Amino acid sequence: MEFSRRETIALGLGAVALSVMPFRVHAATEEVIAAFTGGADVTDGGVTLTAPEIAENGNTVPVAVNAPGAAAIMLVATGNPTPAVATFNFGELAAAQSASTRIRLAGTQDVVAIARMPDGTFIRAASTVKVTIGGCGG
Amino acid sequence: MISRRDFLQVSMAASALVGASGFGNWARLAAQQSLSQDQLLNFDTYGNVSLIHITDIHGQLNPIYFREPEINLGIGAAKGQMPHVTGADFRKAYGIADGSPSAYALTYNDFTSLAQGYGRVGGLDRMATVINSIRADRPDALLLDGGDTWHGSYTCYHSQGQDMVNVMNGMKPDAMTFHWEFTLGSERIGEIIEGLPFVALGQNIFDAEWDEPAELFKPYKFFERGGVKIAVIGQAFPYMPIANPGWMFPEYSFGIRDENMQAMVNEVRAAGAELVVCLSHNGFDVDKKMAGRVQGIDVILSGHTHDALPEPVLVGQTIIVASGSNGKFVSRVDLDVRDGRMMGFRHKLIPVFSDVIAPDPTITKLIEAERAPHKAQLSEVIGQTDGLLYRRGNFNGTWDDLICDALISEREADIALSPGVRWGPSILPGQDITREDIWNVTSMTYGEAYRTEMTGEFIQVILEDVGDNLLNPDPYYQQGGDMVRTGGLGYSIDVTKPQGSRISDLTLLKTGERIDPAKTYVVAGWASVNEGTEGPQIWDVVESHIRKQGTVSVSPNNSVKVIGA
Repeated sequence: MEFSRRETIALGLGAVALSVMPFRVHAATEEVIAAFTGGADVTDGGVTLTAPEIAENGNTVPVAVNAPGAAAIMLVATGNPTPAVATFNFGELAAAQSASTRIRLAGTQDVVAIARMPDGTFIRAASTVKVTIGGCGG
Repeated sequence: MISRRDFLQVSMAASALVGASGFGNWARLAAQQSLSQDQLLNFDTYGNVSLIHITDIHGQLNPIYFREPEINLGIGAAKGQMPHVTGADFRKAYGIADGSPSAYALTYNDFTSLAQGYGRVGGLDRMATVINSIRADRPDALLLDGGDTWHGSYTCYHSQGQDMVNVMNGMKPDAMTFHWEFTLGSERIGEIIEGLPFVALGQNIFDAEWDEPAELFKPYKFFERGGVKIAVIGQAFPYMPIANPGWMFPEYSFGIRDENMQAMVNEVRAAGAELVVCLSHNGFDVDKKMAGRVQGIDVILSGHTHDALPEPVLVGQTIIVASGSNGKFVSRVDLDVRDGRMMGFRHKLIPVFSDVIAPDPTITKLIEAERAPHKAQLSEVIGQTDGLLYRRGNFNGTWDDLICDALISEREADIALSPGVRWGPSILPGQDITREDIWNVTSMTYGEAYRTEMTGEFIQVILEDVGDNLLNPDPYYQQGGDMVRTGGLGYSIDVTKPQGSRISDLTLLKTGERIDPAKTYVVAGWASVNEGTEGPQIWDVVESHIRKQGTVSVSPNNSVKVIGA
């Protein structure tokens, strides 16, 4: 196959898109968490956070949280310009303290779930979700 | 005249890959000096169940040469662990003699001269002979295909995978899982699977919209063999829409989903499974991690990362079997299952020496039928090579150097990028390069060779991003491919650093100048995962380049400096 001069130097579309931002934590994250916890200590464990290790599409990442007995669960995307994603409140008659949603991630970052227990203590789980250009699978 | 097969059988004074049973016997057995079909197939049938594992054939119907990697780094906990051991260290670990058939099959050293002595490997008709011989010992052995089967050649591309489907169906697999098959597009893969005479498995193949298991694929299937109730659970490649173009199969979502894997294991155990087998396309390190997190899997048949290991790796109570790629090996695993549990195993990684193992005539006929309409196209000689062309290695391979040269020269680019895939046979020095050979290392459904402008900063972001897919210390964040290959661009990579600080010293090779983050460079590449990528097909670009060269030269590539390995 021979290429014409025009074909050779043509700039094509497609190539590599997507602006991938490196791992970061947005400054507003701490404020958002402090507003939820009132500055109380947060301990690890008791919360199950299910998120993909690598996002198939950073614009819509499925995330599920479960914290048995929790009064409320806050979901934070620590690297987004607006880190607060959602706060799920559970009434006393709620059968299960779990929720799932899809979130947009600006880049690779930790997603954090913090649960407020009825006794006023806070527990958490975190998961790193990678957002990548991809394209080099074996 | 003495045939090549007879010659090898009578005169090859070297060790053979002969039955490792359990652990630790590899060294002793490998020291035996012989190479014959009987030896290769010899196996003392054990227990009551036999599994046959083939994986990552990548469309290779016929025998090929395939050089294993020289550099295959393990990161974090995987450092220095199998399969991240190569060359002399690998031979030492398994007691393999230099220059032996095992050394040729499993390591890269002296590849050219050993290849000339031992010949090609693989070929589905030879694999069929191996499989039939196992079935002669154990008629109800399970044949499990780990995927990456319907991809990777001229005939596979032009038949949209039908050539491989037809020949594989002749070998009667019992189940299969998937990766590159999805790049045929969801409509085509659906069409094939609906007519498949065996089950398509993947517990992690979900409907993207509803986030529920996809209907077309089953999470597992029960088989009753040797009086044992066996559950085979499928695990497709987890990162399909990331490593490959998701727009070709937007209906599907994947992921590792080990919580669902555990649920499936619990479900099959509750339903009476005495043996739980995972047919996986996770890649070896992901399988190792999964084996430590999911309880109750007896055997993981591991694919994707193309590792070939002469002994299984044990994680807790789970054995992980790695069976190589491109048709080079068949794994046989015999198991003793009693009282609802696996009591013992015997394993053999059988190298498919194509000059030693006789082809199965039924399968040969099927292969010839698929190739006949394309014969003239396949066999046309495009050029020759004066050096060894191979692909495997974390950072570069001579085939990719040639592809990058073609991109730079044919597209008048400053820099070329070529994907770090692990498939594609090798070509020996002095050999003709046919059109088929070029397709074997480039064929895919998104082969457009783009030409675009990128800033120096963006090029660095790409290298950091792809580097993390290989070098992230947590295997769940790796995609199982190698580093993107660069042409016209040199760089240093510190494998001990985190993403964002691994890559430095980017240099434009044609001027020797440092890459300026603010400056724009013309970049040519191929296999973009983005929809609407424009450009000629990569195989046409490479063919045009080789034709102009006549004989291609292979020169040492020192453009990537690896630190901390």
